[in-house]
Order: sequence, then C-alpha cells, then structure tokens
Amino acid sequence: MKAIVTVVGKDRVGIIATVCTQLANFNINVLDISQTVMDGYFTMIMVTEISQANAPIQELAGKMEAMGNDMGVSIRIQREDIFDAMHRI
Amino acid sequence: MLSRNDILQTLDMIDNRHLDIRTITMGISLLDCCDPDLDACCQKVYDKITRCAKDLVKVGEDIEKEFGIPIVNKRISVTPIAIVAGACQTDSYVKLAQTLDAAAKTCGVNFIGGFSALVQKGATEGDWKLIRSIPQALACTERVCASVNVASTKAGINMDAVAEMGRIVKKTAELTAEDSGLGCAKLVVFSNAVEDNPFMAGAFHGVGEAECVINVGVSGPGVVYHALQSVKGQPFDVVAETIKKTAFQITRMGQIVGMEASKRLGVPFGIVDLSLAPTPAVGDSVARILEEIGVDVCGTHGTTAALAMLNDAVKKGGVMASNHVGGLSGAFIPVSEDEGMIAAAESGTLALEKLEAMTCVCSVGLDMIAVPGETTASTISAIIADEAAIGMVNSKTTAVRIIPAVGKHIGDRVEMGGLLGSAPVMPVHAEGSERFTQRGGRIPAPLQSLRN
Repeated sequence: MKAIVTVVGKDRVGIIATVCTQLANFNINVLDISQTVMDGYFTMIMVTEISQANAPIQELAGKMEAMGNDMGVSIRIQREDIFDAMHRI
Repeated sequence: MLSRNDILQTLDMIDNRHLDIRTITMGISLLDCCDPDLDACCQKVYDKITRCAKDLVKVGEDIEKEFGIPIVNKRISVTPIAIVAGACQTDSYVKLAQTLDAAAKTCGVNFIGGFSALVQKGATEGDWKLIRSIPQALACTERVCASVNVASTKAGINMDAVAEMGRIVKKTAELTAEDSGLGCAKLVVFSNAVEDNPFMAGAFHGVGEAECVINVGVSGPGVVYHALQSVKGQPFDVVAETIKKTAFQITRMGQIVGMEASKRLGVPFGIVDLSLAPTPAVGDSVARILEEIGVDVCGTHGTTAALAMLNDAVKKGGVMASNHVGGLSGAFIPVSEDEGMIAAAESGTLALEKLEAMTCVCSVGLDMIAVPGETTASTISAIIADEAAIGMVNSKTTAVRIIPAVGKHIGDRVEMGGLLGSAPVMPVHAEGSERFTQRGGRIPAPLQSLRN
C-alpha cells in the first residue's frame, strides 16, 4: 500500500534528514520525493510504500505529527487512495 | 501519477476550507425486536444496536487517521420506533427512547435517529402513542432524534397529524425551555421523508432497507465558496461548471470513506448523500456561497435562482462521483447552523417567506428556525402544512424544524451550542390559522399531470 507523506512549514536545517531517518525506522521505503522552498516556506511531498511498515498507519500518523510539532512543521502521512479518488476519474 | 498541485489542493481543502465527512451513519433494522412486553422489546433493541454498532466509532476514527480526513460525526439510525413498538402493550414509548439513548451512549455516537412515525395517510394506534411520547422522550434523553412524516406526493397531507404536531412542537419547547428549546432541534416534521438519510435530526432506517447499512453524508460549503472566488464576474455557465467539479471531488471522498467503512464493518454500503451541509463556523456557510454568486445579502431578490443553480450543480457533480446516491442530496439551509444565514436573518433581509421559497428549489425545508415563544400551536401547524404542501406538489422532501423560543421575542437569540449554532428569533404573522388547522382530515394527493 502506498502513502503520501507531506511536510509543510518554515525551512530549517535537517528536515529531510530527520523525516527520512524516522521513515527508515518505521521500515517505510521512499519511492519518490519532490521538494521546494518558496519564500522560506518548505514543502515536501513523498510517495512511500508502507506495506512492510512495522506499525499500523494510524500509529505512524500520530508519531509523524508529533515529530513535526517538535520541529515546527506540519507532517502528515495519508493513504494515497484519498488523493487518487479526488483527482482521478 | 498524482501531481504536486493535486496533493496540495486536497490538503488546502481539509486545512483551510472545512472539507470533512459530516457523518457516517449506520442504519440498523429493528424489525426483529418487536415484542408485546415493553421491557423485553427494549432489551432486544439495546442488544441489537450495541451489537451491530460496537465498532462503528473505532472504525470511523481509524479511517479518519489513515486518510487524514476529519469525520465529524458517527451516528446511528433505526427503524421507525412506531413500527417496532406497535405490538408493545403500553401507552407510552418514552422508555424506548431512553433505551435508544443508552445504546447511543454505549456505542459512543452523538445522535441516534428513528424515534419516528410515518403517518402521511393515516396513523395507527402505535403512531399516535409515539407522537404523544415525543415531548417527554426528547426532554429526558440527550442523543435521541425524532421525526414524523405527515405528507407525501402519493398520499396527500394528513392534517390531523399536522394539527397534532403543532401542539407537540410547542410542548417539546416548553419541556426543554431550560435548554433553549433544544428538544425542538431534534424534532423534524417531514413531507416525502427518505428512508436512507444519514443526516440528523431526520434520519431513520426505512422498512425497505437492508438489515444494516452504512450511509455517508459529505460536506463542503467552504470548498465551494473558495472555488467560486476564482470565477468572479464570469457567466453562470462557468459558475455551474466550477461547482460541479468541486462537488465531484467532495463526493469522491465520501464514496471512498463509505466503501472503506463498509468493508471494515462487514456491512453493505448504502448511499452517499450529496448535501451541502453548513456549520456555524465562519467560512462554512451556504448563504455566503449565494452571496458570492452575486446577491448582496442572502434572502434578497435573486437568492432563489442562485440556490436552484447551486443545488442542481452539486447534484450533477456528485452523481458521477458515487455509485449510489441517495438521502436528501441537496443544499441545506438551516438558519441557526449557518453563519451567513444567521447574519442575513438578523439584518432582516432573510424572512420566513423567502426561506419558504428557497425550500422549493433545495433540500430540505424550514430548518432550525426560531420563532417567538408566544407563537400558537395552530400557527406552527399552518407553517408545517405550507411546507408539506411544497414537498407534496413538487415531489420532493421538505421538512420543518422549528423552535418556539419560550420567553423570547423577535430580535432575541437562541443559543443551541455546537453544530446546532444559534438562531435569531424571526417574526411570524400575528394573524391566526386556527380555523384552518381545526378542520382536520386529509388534503388529497395532487394531480401529477397538467402541472402548472
């Protein structure tokens, strides 16, 4: 199952490193990354594979959100289906 | 492959435009709970509801986290209690309402609908018992919602029931006066009620429905309002197209959430209700959409046409997004639950007459309207009859949810709290309708041809 990880917030050193390390700890594979910084505002979208993850997605979502709060950014992990449903016929 | 913009657009809708799933409602048939003994019947009802819906809230919360989309309410609707309790040897069904309330609390849902009777053509003994139990039932329970269907296109209007409902609404307001007449916010009088409505307070699980189903109600006035800001000054064709596209996206989300819930609960998926349901939050208002379309204040000339277009476009966009559409499916215009409607009513632009006209072209009816406490039962009955007639003649669902605010006068405000919001007390005509409601009997069903 694929999930979309989004990270949005003020740019700082180490956002990608921290997020990727955490994903690795969860045994989540990153398939694709797109990232930009506009006016100091950081936006990253990652497509990930979570079938082999070592915890259910609800739990991962909670942990990622808490980690984002510590870093001052918003981090979300959501099942890809929701985006597909809304934007594909 | 999803584009970056698609993903960010969805997040923006959820974060900033109040996009959410308004409700996942589990419909449960209680037809197998009939029993001549009231206590035995209550026990069967409690057991069945708590068995069927034991995982409803947990599954809802899991889906919410996985998809990252808020699911505001988890609710239950049941077979109209007048049918279930018809065999019970008792004069009052209040105990059944208390049972529903207890079951709702055990399951963790915030509302349970189905303390209902369908009396469009005539009322059975059980129907009358239920109707007369409503004021007490709503006063002594917290989560139970009641509804009575008094008219239909095929049967006409049951004027005896209409007359009684005026008195019932008044009594309910009096018994719950300390809570601003909260009981009346949980009581709907319908014409052409639908059997698969997931929205409260009018939800019940019809007798033509399966044993247990999942119905979903979506919401998204904020998203539509925002989308329309990008087409300012453009012709109506463009406006309608924009609303359709937005409605499609909103409904798809409801569809996927409903399918997922149905799979996990092992219960068939019923329908997605395509209603545009507002909340009192700023930025989540149907009235503000109408104002964005071009009327200065909701309720002024042009409002009915704007609403007709909005309602139709929402349906056209939503129908393609879901494999089964049902319920009420239309824009809601509950006054107290819509920040823009409250403002329009307080400014005096939005009057009861205009609301009545608006209900001809959208779902559902005169909804969450506060009127002065001294309004007579016969005037309330007459308001119900007018609204029922609109539904009957136009083959659509209409409803009245009206709060005679005890001790309050025109210009005062009734605070309901939460999603129910606050309602400005609106004026009604002082001239009575006593002789009209006293006649009783039935208004015959209308002709379905020669329609002018």
